Amino acid sequence: MKASLVIQRGVAGAVPAIQTFVVEFEPGQSVLDGLRLVRRQDDPSLAFRYACINANACKECMMLIDGQIEYACKIKLKEGETRLAPLPKKALVRDLVTEIAPPEERLVRPAAKR
Amino acid sequence: MNPVKPLDLWMHIEADVLVIGAGGAGMYAAIEAARSGATVILADRSLIGRGGATVMAQMTVAVALGEQTEDHWENHLSDTLAAGRSLCDENLATILCEEGPARIREMDDWKVGWARENGHIKQAHAPGHDRPRCVYVDFLATGPAVSRTLRTQLHHFSAIRRIGDLMIVDIVVRDGQACGALALHVSSGEIVTLAAKSVVIATGGLTRLYRRNSASFNMSGDGYALALRAGAELIDMEFVQFFPIGHLAPRLVGMDPIMWDPFRYKLGGKLLNGQMQEFEETYAAQDARSDGAYVLTRDRATYAITKEVEAGRGSPAGGAYLSFMHIPPEEIRAAFGPVVDRLAENGIDLRHRPIEVAPIAHYHMGGVRVTPDFATNVPGLFACGEAVGGANGANRLSGNAITEALVFGARAGRSAAMHARDRTSQWSEDAAKPVRDLLAGAERREGPNLADAVARLQGVMADKVGAFRQAAPLQEALVEIDRMRLDLGEAPRAGCAPFDPELMDWLDLRNMLLVARSVTEAAISRTESRGAHQREDFPGMDEKWAVNQIVSLEGDRLALRQLAPGGGRRA
Repeated sequence: MKASLVIQRGVAGAVPAIQTFVVEFEPGQSVLDGLRLVRRQDDPSLAFRYACINANACKECMMLIDGQIEYACKIKLKEGETRLAPLPKKALVRDLVTEIAPPEERLVRPAAKR
Repeated sequence: MNPVKPLDLWMHIEADVLVIGAGGAGMYAAIEAARSGATVILADRSLIGRGGATVMAQMTVAVALGEQTEDHWENHLSDTLAAGRSLCDENLATILCEEGPARIREMDDWKVGWARENGHIKQAHAPGHDRPRCVYVDFLATGPAVSRTLRTQLHHFSAIRRIGDLMIVDIVVRDGQACGALALHVSSGEIVTLAAKSVVIATGGLTRLYRRNSASFNMSGDGYALALRAGAELIDMEFVQFFPIGHLAPRLVGMDPIMWDPFRYKLGGKLLNGQMQEFEETYAAQDARSDGAYVLTRDRATYAITKEVEAGRGSPAGGAYLSFMHIPPEEIRAAFGPVVDRLAENGIDLRHRPIEVAPIAHYHMGGVRVTPDFATNVPGLFACGEAVGGANGANRLSGNAITEALVFGARAGRSAAMHARDRTSQWSEDAAKPVRDLLAGAERREGPNLADAVARLQGVMADKVGAFRQAAPLQEALVEIDRMRLDLGEAPRAGCAPFDPELMDWLDLRNMLLVARSVTEAAISRTESRGAHQREDFPGMDEKWAVNQIVSLEGDRLALRQLAPGGGRRA
């Protein structure tokens, strides 16, 4: 079976680009599995966060999947199009990566740069 | 595409103690260092308290509390030493068992929620223990509860600065002493330098080196590579623990892949090959260590499944079936509780269909060599948790991993704080220059897909340096690893900052290939079978190999030497 991942890409402040990747999958595989396949097969520059892969324990792979806020490890790949975008209310870093850490756990750019 | 922007030095931060890795061990180390009066930076490459192994662990924690039945830490130690097959560092194993109760009770005070019955903490009987000893949090929630509890405690200490998205590239060493580290701040793509009087490695193990594993993405053995390049020694690198019935198929999320074990024992789940035939008995009959029962020991189960797959009798995904179809549905429901619903979300109905399981890399007994103060041979450099080698010898007893994370973390945090006391910062820009130059040399260039290279390395390690080893495949693995190291090149490959996954893959592979080499060289050298290191060409334990192997980095080469186990009352 084939899934089309239609992914919003780009960095903060730039006009986002939409790029589509087609991956072969077996029923039961997750959107996160699909994204990892895209990196191996098509485009290693695609940016998304994850740590635990399977366990839905790290809570890092949160993104907008077909318009809903979801964990990419919990949503199954499906035939046809799945639209992926970064979380809308978090600061964008790149592609599907946003600033999700609590503010006090982030490094903040000093006022005057070296 | 834009040219690569040179990485800038973005920020310099100072503290008494730098803890690298915010799993169970790192968080406890930070807490204990702060309680000892130190200022602390707790850095993690992903979110604080979310990555690593602790949060994944759904199972049990071994500790001689004596709540369920009378117990003493010396009984726990006896079991730990027996599992370690003469290779344990008895000092470390003793610390693990003796100090376990204090840490587990402290976690209880912090409201982790250990399961209770009849007013006491409930302790389950896990394989390899002489009595019920293992505490847990229901249902399969031990690791997340431990992580959450420690994250909450971190907030009580203003002396602890928590920083996520910080990938440590190298520890900075001046005149033979650790004085801090240099990091890539992934979400800005810039360089951060960290000055610290003590540095604690708490980065966990190396199971990501293998195709099938139970670990987080970030368990690449980073800490071992950091330690080696800083001049510290590693121990017992050949001992990788495989878990025989890790989940293989269908795709299952929201669960620890090692979850099937207790249910298999409790309900009598059957292992079947691809032809739906039971095969355990065949292997049990060959096994002198088996008591003749159907259930094989873990190492024999791993062997049996591997051999069935090799003989072309594997399940479709390349493992074995585990079937509960012969169990009455109400018994399945009673044993699995709410887990049945989580399985249903994954389209798994145990009444009608078997699942597929296979051996998966689960834990690494080896690691950074430390003293009972958790100091390495590099002054100012400490290690704790799974990143430490020696406590568990050739095989880890079930339930010891979280205990060692908490106990060793606390010890290392205290030692690091003591070391920092009355010392001045030895930070040196000059000492940090080689690693700054390395990152400054990052370039965009053509080359193999690095995400795919990681997967290829995992395949090499699984196929040639896996649970069952032989000289020829091990040598082939070394050749592959060396070829991949050449392909990787000396200058980092970059894509686009910020959050550059290609640069992260390059830095990971730099570490993973060094660590893979250390595992493979140690495995080639050990011409016997002991615990988790099984050589098909050298079956059985050899008394002259009752020694640890110590790995160090000499220039570009790894050096191996053999040494009698430390701290032994028997030594």
